[in-house]
Amino acid sequence: MSDLRELYQEVILDHNRRPRNFRAIEGANRHAEGYNPLCGDRLSLYLKVEDAVIKDASFQGSGCAISKASASMMTDSVKGKTLSEARGMFEQFHQMVTGNADPLAHPERLGKLAVFEGVRNYPARVKCASLAWHTLRSAVDAKDEVVSTEAE
Amino acid sequence: MTNIASIAAPSQAGFNVRRIREDFPILRQTVHGKPLVYLDNAATTQKPRAVLDALMAYYSEDNANVHRGVHLLSERATQAFEDARATVQRFINAASAREIVFTRNATEGINLVAQTFGRTRLAPGDEVVISAMEHHSNIVPWQMVCEEKGASLRVIPITDEGALQLEEYERLLGSHTRLVSIVHLSNVLGTINPVQQMIATAHRRGVPVLIDGSQAVHHMTVDVQALDADFYVFTGHKLYGPTGIGVLYGKERLLDEMPPYQGGGDMIRSVTFEKTTYNALPYKFEAGTPNIAGALGLAAAVDYVTGIGMDRISAHERELLAYGTAALSGVPGLTLIGTAAEKSSVLSFVMDGVHPHDIGTVVDQEGVAIRTGHHCAQPLMQRLGIAATARASLALYNTREEIDALVAALHKVRELFT
Repeated sequence: MSDLRELYQEVILDHNRRPRNFRAIEGANRHAEGYNPLCGDRLSLYLKVEDAVIKDASFQGSGCAISKASASMMTDSVKGKTLSEARGMFEQFHQMVTGNADPLAHPERLGKLAVFEGVRNYPARVKCASLAWHTLRSAVDAKDEVVSTEAE
Repeated sequence: MTNIASIAAPSQAGFNVRRIREDFPILRQTVHGKPLVYLDNAATTQKPRAVLDALMAYYSEDNANVHRGVHLLSERATQAFEDARATVQRFINAASAREIVFTRNATEGINLVAQTFGRTRLAPGDEVVISAMEHHSNIVPWQMVCEEKGASLRVIPITDEGALQLEEYERLLGSHTRLVSIVHLSNVLGTINPVQQMIATAHRRGVPVLIDGSQAVHHMTVDVQALDADFYVFTGHKLYGPTGIGVLYGKERLLDEMPPYQGGGDMIRSVTFEKTTYNALPYKFEAGTPNIAGALGLAAAVDYVTGIGMDRISAHERELLAYGTAALSGVPGLTLIGTAAEKSSVLSFVMDGVHPHDIGTVVDQEGVAIRTGHHCAQPLMQRLGIAATARASLALYNTREEIDALVAALHKVRELFT
């Protein structure tokens, strides 16, 4: 089970059991839908953006432990960030889970999100971790469409 | 836990699963340091040595194009290819080898019928009847042709256990029904549909029936004449054969009336720039160089299963399904999906609080290969009110010990997630 614990870190299991920000936001002014056709996971993301700053973020939907924990931790971590900072976090997160960046090189950039580093060793699960982030990018760019993990 | 000696013992006269496993080289390996437990057979089955040898022998000794050369290799290749067709004909008891069309897979067989039979028979207001448990391959080709022709799809509903509602089926058959297309054995639920009875019902109203037998032909004896099926499709790779080869059976009378599917070489009798006349059956539907090696591999697979005996295979798998059903039912928080009275070889399930994808990843670390997801049956998932299932599916080489390994792995899933 030691290998699996790299993927299913305690923090991830905790966010899966008790997802944070798992609600709709009254008066959200950004909204995007994410869909992973491979597994059928769906995700609705809500943002409240004021003066290009994310004041609140939340999500709803169904998904595996990785995708739920990713959405939970992402919504926590983008609160208070500017839209451009959120875009940068998307890039860093994406590079980390696809194995193109070492999170330990710049630990401050992703902070707690570095727990998803283990995903890079499970290629079939990368899309689970990145679904919420693709949806965030769509909401930040205010595209009014369902974003699919297959559109990469 | 069952011990190895008891599993290795023949479960019935002549069926020694340990000996059978020796025929499948791929099963000897370990994954993640554990013996491979391959339970994703509804996706594709592993190949016996006899099939691998047939592919190797063809390319090493007989490789040539078929139906066109006068040289010896071409004659040998052509003979082997047509022998393969005859082997398939006997396997499903078709009346004639002309009724056996080689395709790439079952999907291509269905598309062929949709684009030829469907396009010439469907008119605005007409209906094609399918069921709620169809694979996307038996939904989308009909949607495409229905859209083009202004026809519509009607869907036979299922019970919560996963059986077709036959009284609803009878109600759906009407004066506008042009074709019924249903699955023989559901890839998600394992349900065996009463296709013989359903075909008889449709025929009483003059409606022809296509049966998708992709999941059926390697689990039970299929006799297309006894069923009176008008079309029957299946794929080779689920029948222990290679990928890229499938079969469309069609009644000769229907195939004769249908226009060709694709144009090209082999499907013609004569070509001028003004007019082309088409070849006889089944070549009319086999444009271009076919998958010769694939057909030979498929024939080797058919010989392999018939050599063991389909009745013995069915009995072994039935016994394993009963064992697996009981074993999985004992896992806390696990719910089996698909509990129809008539079923075979498929154990779909969900677990409280654990997404199927997480189940799949954890059991993989224990060496157990299962499928997770919607299994190319999204409308069925919607009907069942779930996003996905985990699915263990059985083949002739599986053992009770492997079911035990799955169950042990599922206990690890529970440990991790609860």
